[in-house]
Amino acid sequence: MSEAVRPNLARSGEITPEIVAEHGLSEAEYDRVIEVLGREPNLLELGIFSVMWSEHCSYKSSKIWLKTLPTEGPQVILGPGENAGVIDIGEGLAAIFKMESHNHPSFIEPYQGAATGVGGILRDVFTMGARPIANLNALRFGDPDHPRTRHLVAGVVAGVGGYGNCVGVPTVGGEVNFDPGYNGNILVNAMTVGIARKDRIFTSGASGIGNPIVYVGSKTGRDGIHGATMASAEFDDRSEAKRPTVQVGDPFTEKLLIEACLELMATDAIVAIQDLGAAGLTCSSFEMASKGGLGVELDLETVPCREDGMTPYEMMLSESQERMLMVIEPAKEDLARAVFEKWDLEFAVIGRLTDTGRMVLKLNGAVVGDLPIDPLAEAAPEYDRPWTPTPAPAELAPGSVPAPEDMGRALLDLVGSPDLCSRRWVWEQYDHMVMADTVGRPGGDAALVRIHGSDRALAITTDCTPRYCQADPKAGGAQAVAEAWRNLTAVGAQPLAITDNLNFGNPERPEIMGQLVGCIQGIGEACAALGMPVVSGNVSLYNETNGKGIPPTPVIGAVGLVDDIARTTDIAFKAAGEAIVLIGETRGHLGASIYLRDALGRREGAAPPVDLAAEKRHGDLVRGLIRGGRVSACHDLADGGLAVALAEMALAGDLGATIEAPGSAPEDAGETPLHAWLFGEDQARYLVTAPGAEEAAESLLEAARAAGVPAARIGVTGGPALTLPGGAPISLGELRAAHEGWLPRYMGD
Amino acid sequence: MKAAIVVFPGSNCDRDVQVALRQSMRGAPGHDEPIMVWHKDADFEKVDLIVLPGGFSYGDYLRCGAMAAHSPAMTEVVRRAKAGVPVLGICNGFQMLTETGLLPGALLRNAGLKFVCRDVHIRVETSQSPFTGRYQTGQRLRVPIAHHDGNYVADEEELERLEARGQIAFRYCEPDGAVTEAANPNGAARNVAGVFNEAKTVLGLMPHPERLADSALGGADGRPLFDGLVEALS
Repeated sequence: MSEAVRPNLARSGEITPEIVAEHGLSEAEYDRVIEVLGREPNLLELGIFSVMWSEHCSYKSSKIWLKTLPTEGPQVILGPGENAGVIDIGEGLAAIFKMESHNHPSFIEPYQGAATGVGGILRDVFTMGARPIANLNALRFGDPDHPRTRHLVAGVVAGVGGYGNCVGVPTVGGEVNFDPGYNGNILVNAMTVGIARKDRIFTSGASGIGNPIVYVGSKTGRDGIHGATMASAEFDDRSEAKRPTVQVGDPFTEKLLIEACLELMATDAIVAIQDLGAAGLTCSSFEMASKGGLGVELDLETVPCREDGMTPYEMMLSESQERMLMVIEPAKEDLARAVFEKWDLEFAVIGRLTDTGRMVLKLNGAVVGDLPIDPLAEAAPEYDRPWTPTPAPAELAPGSVPAPEDMGRALLDLVGSPDLCSRRWVWEQYDHMVMADTVGRPGGDAALVRIHGSDRALAITTDCTPRYCQADPKAGGAQAVAEAWRNLTAVGAQPLAITDNLNFGNPERPEIMGQLVGCIQGIGEACAALGMPVVSGNVSLYNETNGKGIPPTPVIGAVGLVDDIARTTDIAFKAAGEAIVLIGETRGHLGASIYLRDALGRREGAAPPVDLAAEKRHGDLVRGLIRGGRVSACHDLADGGLAVALAEMALAGDLGATIEAPGSAPEDAGETPLHAWLFGEDQARYLVTAPGAEEAAESLLEAARAAGVPAARIGVTGGPALTLPGGAPISLGELRAAHEGWLPRYMGD
Repeated sequence: MKAAIVVFPGSNCDRDVQVALRQSMRGAPGHDEPIMVWHKDADFEKVDLIVLPGGFSYGDYLRCGAMAAHSPAMTEVVRRAKAGVPVLGICNGFQMLTETGLLPGALLRNAGLKFVCRDVHIRVETSQSPFTGRYQTGQRLRVPIAHHDGNYVADEEELERLEARGQIAFRYCEPDGAVTEAANPNGAARNVAGVFNEAKTVLGLMPHPERLADSALGGADGRPLFDGLVEALS
């Protein structure tokens, strides 16, 4: 320990139990701080421990479970542990992607919270050398009738668009859901996908003792101090007062930073690079040194600051946006400086790598903080928190759920409901076409973004059904992965890998911890069975307000590959007279369904069972059919079941259809009551249309039989209406008005 | 034919328009790769066409296009435009053209106050220009818009003058060509989507023809604009 720290130590009485508590550390954790340091910390050092050991940065509650996830496969270049996951997409290229939450800031200040969420995840991706090619957003809001919801929807959507549109990365997909369970704690999960050359991937592990540490990007301000700690605490009625810890985004600077970093990455100047995200300079410099097994010395007076008089504490904990830290080759300093000056960005050498294994912070030559790097990281708390499994709800027999008086009316109500209506109002505020490679636009099963200059594309989707996770975390976790896999398959893509964004309540409560454990188990099983490993992820815990946790929401972001964009499809009916074929088995599962919740106001029953072997078999068949040009449209069946999928396909193609139940009469839909057949949410199902003549449909059914996959012809496309078994035709105009109407009306447009 | 695309800090459609131009120039003899000109460069080589791309130049933090209008490269663009070099401004580029006074009018915030990204239909008001020579007068095109500030305004006198001189290049319309209020995505006066200067050597438009110039992206109605330019300027 250096001399300069001692005077602080002498006044160590200033670290009172209250200060420790304000920093989100438990008493036991504070004892550990003293043990690691061999003395009491000063305020700066306490601040650093506090952010490094926060749930957000240390994953202390989830780590032991995350380790159980499958993370390997021939396609994986870099799994979890770096800024983002990296997979091989052939032809010398890699896809780099990750999803991350910005829930707490977005609830407090929706525009800036969402905007900086997008900015943060973009940096995670381009810091590894990738040009970002797509953004997606999984958003979850409270009850539409809750007084704050409209304001939050407006702010978050504007924030996502405001940032993504300006940086010029298309926002191509995502999800929007409403549930009273998010009234006090919305979810904003942002995903970015980028592409890099496989042989030019940059990581954060520093090397080269004496190499300069360079700070680039925006200046450091007082914003966002303790954002990571905020993200690791529950909300209460006073959370509004935390507004000053929300950062402000500057997408223009981010755009310059992307271009400057990619320009410098084309040279061999960069040894290591890391964005400044949660916990700012602290976390970034720590990680770089820790991964390189080195020490770091920073001269804080050289940090570019937005205002005078900022303290070391503020500089180290600031979460100002659009900043990066690099270790560069000393001989290339001038080259690097010239690139950043060209883009009018800050460039400052703020320190150097050392062999001490310590982080030494100096202000005008005086040591103001001195911490051991590895011991701090190794001593980070890791908890095996007690958990109780979620009790399995009783199965709900399809016959025990009342049928609607009018199937057509029920369908109109569902397609016009908050959770199933068109999201056009949202995605028309996002530039989803910039970069001129968006082949599959929002509104389908998965977005398709062409790999620039080729005929290949990445398929991208985000998925989670919190209703199922609440009923049965393990089944729900598996279902989220299976649905993502299906959505990629439904456009003809080969699913490759996922990123997971695990949003849960307070892990210190065993029933919440039980949800987390169950979902991770389900995700792990599904990823293993479907050959789609987890390559990156983020955990957001303490999503609670006044002691009430959110519904468990493990969002899956998945990426797949299309070898030839000519061999893909979308959900739109293409031509009249085509046979509609239902792939997969329909038992009419109505437990935890949208029909049960929204038509009957009941939240009960088991989640639909997930048969991973069937998922694989059915999906592989469908993908083969699409790639062989044997289907003209394809849609995954999900929320709202068969009837809702049919309506979406008809609307997308502006072409109706006539549907017949498997039996000859409507009441004869096998064992399954008609409403369960129409609205049941059985898994592993797709709708496809067979182009052209009669033989096409027959050969398609034959292919299914040969693959051991249930398939049945259920109707034919054509006409200006959708006609369900035994019902009156529902005009597409009426269907469209219901589907397109709710969101603009709700938002007052 | 040589073309230059001016790149401002915050431009984000520069590559897209380069791809579209390259596609139209490919195969034609004597064509060079469209060059990128940095906004600080007032001394770029002689070219036959200058393109001001879409994006958020300088963050659009003042008024869209206002700061770009005062950049070193733009001073040169204005000089060359006045000497007759054709200039195409798309979206943010259109905003720069009105800010420099090369085109009349101004672009205000959309009437709906929100950013709008979607395909719209526009009607070609005249084929008598180097930009629209490959279209028929009255032809309907489907092209995307993506902007927050595309609400074209000019005073009545100016609008009358534009009409009289045939300076209105495109109008938002229904798929059948009818110019209606419902087809107007941003509140633009008289549904104006693009205007020429008096000599028809400068065109500014809010829609992005470069985004639907490739049928793999779902349409190619924007391509004839670039094909026509290459033909006219070669």
